[in-house]
Amino acid sequence: MSALLEIKAISKRFGDLVANDKISFTQKSGQVLAILGENGAGKTTLMNILFGHYKCDEGEIFFRGSKLPTGKPGIAIKAGIGMVHQHFTLAENLTVLENIIIGEKSLLSLSLPQKSARAKLQELSDKFGLPIDPDTLVANLSVSEKQRLEILKTLYRDCKLLILDEPTAALTPQETESLFSTIKQMVKEGLSVILISHKLNEILSVTDRIIVLRNGRVVGKVITKDVKRTDIAEMIVGGTVQYPKRENLKKGMEVIRLEDISCDPINESTKGLNKVNLSLFEGQILGIAGVTGNGQIPLAKMMAGHLKPRHGNIFFKNNVLTIHEPRHFMDRGIAYIPEDRNTDGLVGDMSVWENAVLTETENDEFRSPLGWLNSDHCKKAAQKLCHTYDVRTQSLGQPARLLSGGNVQKLLLGRWLGRDPKLLIACQPTRGLDEGAIASIQKLILEVRQKGNAVLLITEDLDELLMLSDRVAVIYNGNLSKTFKPENLDRSKIGLMMAGERLDV
Amino acid sequence: MFDFRLEQRRFISPWLIVFAPVGAVMFSFLVASILILLAGANPLESYFKLFLGAFGSKNALAETLTRSTPIILTGLAAAIAFRAKFWNIGAEGQLYAGALAVTFFGTGLIELPTLLMIPFLFLMGALAGGLLLLPLVLLRNYYRVDEVVTTLLTNFIIVLLVGYLLEGPWKDPMALGWPQGESVIDEGILPQIVSRTRLHLGFIISIGTAMIIWLLLSKTVLGYRIKAVGINPAASHHAGVPVVKTVIIVALLSGGMAGMAGVTETAGLKGYLTLDLSPGFGYAGIAVAMLAGLHPIGVIFSGIFLASIYVGADAMSRAVNVPTYLADVIVALTVLFVLFSIVILKFRIVFGGVKP
Repeated sequence: MSALLEIKAISKRFGDLVANDKISFTQKSGQVLAILGENGAGKTTLMNILFGHYKCDEGEIFFRGSKLPTGKPGIAIKAGIGMVHQHFTLAENLTVLENIIIGEKSLLSLSLPQKSARAKLQELSDKFGLPIDPDTLVANLSVSEKQRLEILKTLYRDCKLLILDEPTAALTPQETESLFSTIKQMVKEGLSVILISHKLNEILSVTDRIIVLRNGRVVGKVITKDVKRTDIAEMIVGGTVQYPKRENLKKGMEVIRLEDISCDPINESTKGLNKVNLSLFEGQILGIAGVTGNGQIPLAKMMAGHLKPRHGNIFFKNNVLTIHEPRHFMDRGIAYIPEDRNTDGLVGDMSVWENAVLTETENDEFRSPLGWLNSDHCKKAAQKLCHTYDVRTQSLGQPARLLSGGNVQKLLLGRWLGRDPKLLIACQPTRGLDEGAIASIQKLILEVRQKGNAVLLITEDLDELLMLSDRVAVIYNGNLSKTFKPENLDRSKIGLMMAGERLDV
Repeated sequence: MFDFRLEQRRFISPWLIVFAPVGAVMFSFLVASILILLAGANPLESYFKLFLGAFGSKNALAETLTRSTPIILTGLAAAIAFRAKFWNIGAEGQLYAGALAVTFFGTGLIELPTLLMIPFLFLMGALAGGLLLLPLVLLRNYYRVDEVVTTLLTNFIIVLLVGYLLEGPWKDPMALGWPQGESVIDEGILPQIVSRTRLHLGFIISIGTAMIIWLLLSKTVLGYRIKAVGINPAASHHAGVPVVKTVIIVALLSGGMAGMAGVTETAGLKGYLTLDLSPGFGYAGIAVAMLAGLHPIGVIFSGIFLASIYVGADAMSRAVNVPTYLADVIVALTVLFVLFSIVILKFRIVFGGVKP
């Protein structure tokens, strides 16, 4: 079979940064290819070039034998390349069928081709095992149904090559399985699929070939069945990665207890909490699994003092907490690493040292009684933090937004660990980080536990969850399950609970 | 084909930061000279007359500095508020609130010796300006009412209130029917600092205020918090910074300084409250702050610059018969070009970039 897609020596520079350096590969019909790499390795840039969002500086792209002009969005879609982005591009207030047709027809046409579209949608949906009700409002679809619709949208436009960007980020393991069987069905029908992901286990189970990018260069092209997970991980990082180990530790005193906590949803995309009961103990990590938006953020915010419960009480070391203010909770020894580190953690346009002391504005070591800022002391403390937690920065004075994701997370985590927290609430602490940074963040979290403190770990990465946690609970629709030992759980059990099944009653 | 795009600069050179506003000013003069040509005058001669009118004699210089006094203060009011992303457009109203306070307390209700009377009037003026803003900042923080709308509309309320008072209960019976307030008592009048000019103590006070604000912003915990809250309130909140309290303090300081501008005009320049006390000093403060890149020391220079344009334009108009409105055009162009230069500061323009 001849090549469906041929990428020849694509290069793209942004200023001094080489995002793509002479990248070449070919993709045949009926194959699944994975593109792997750390954040900033050049995956997104490459896809944007393929899709015509960027013009490449050098190189050519051939698709089905003809040359694809670069920098012309729209042509790629017409040629038969479809992409499902990590963040969906659907009109929430239209129905499934309307979303399929939208963009197909001119805005000025008077009638919509409802009938023929409906038939074609039905046919595709049967053929690829993607059941969907054409008349439901998109706003009422679940995440996996929305993804199904996005895939159907590309199939409807007769795509020959489907690109999926981090498709499993918001899916339960079962939903992931069904997505993969769809992918296998598509490949059987002669389509070609490119997966962009960082979840190694999934990649190994579904792909035929793997391309690894590092620093904008192709560092590995392998046949999936010939490689082991560790080989790929090393290729991605460019060295060996030491994952930390959890040592056995005795459970200590109770640190925090939530009794019958309920609260309203904080926005449209997340559920509230419904009579949540929970205790955290010294020297223990409690892991929370769940599909995004089922109440994880309200739970974390509640324990960090950012939310006031509608009902129920929070006890810290057996004292009820009544002032629901972040500062009040902080001063008792609670540290909170928010999910979105760039929005809720970092003040990007302030310097590294200014970010390092943001939590310390009430600390007498950093200010005089009259309110003068002791900037020498701040800088010394920042220097120490960067040294202790291995935050790699060019200078303390550089804007913090220039730090890489891993260094941002180490800076934020270090800032809180410097306060000697009794309870650490970590939300998606390793999301989007490279393998090396993931290992160091996990090590830091285990150290908090080792020191005899409590940790609440909220993560989508089930491997991480099972590896780090002493106990695991699942949150669904604002309800928290009872806790399980990770030894008594496996991915499929967790997956069923993430989808709402009660295995604890 | 013009093929260009913007790329974010990783580091901004200090030279660019100084050069950008200067370049913006030069550019606005260049564009304004087209209008001067259309008006039938020689741009170079006109600008020379403008310069002489603003700086050419002791009197001209004193007049420029007198004019700069209130707009430095309203400029500081805008600068500190905008740094915290609190969009106070209401300096005009707060200025009049300060002037009302001076008229209320300073025309005989309270009599103190000069050394106490002047600080007392400034304190009252600042309080009036700050308190005017207080309900608006609370509405913003607790009910998310847009402060751009509320502060702007409050301006009209206060200006109309001043009109009512000066046409009615507060009208000075000795003023031969003119709508003006009673005179401030002698102990409250800001003394002249250069003889036979109108330059008064208010100028020194506005410079001193700028210095204090600079110290506050760069050396204190409050200044650090204002910076953090202005750039990223969500992250500041997560780190335990009292965001609401910080914004309220900023609003009080901002309104307070605008109120002080009302004091310098009532107790310094005029001696009594009039309807035309401020020909838009509150709004000019926004331009001053933007031109200074929200830096308090920069506000001193940009305030004097704007004042020189307005004062010099009068002289230019008399000498070469160009309308004084040109001053407004130059100021407006300068602000536009400064805003554009900020984009240039943050981004570099890359032409082409695609090899055939």
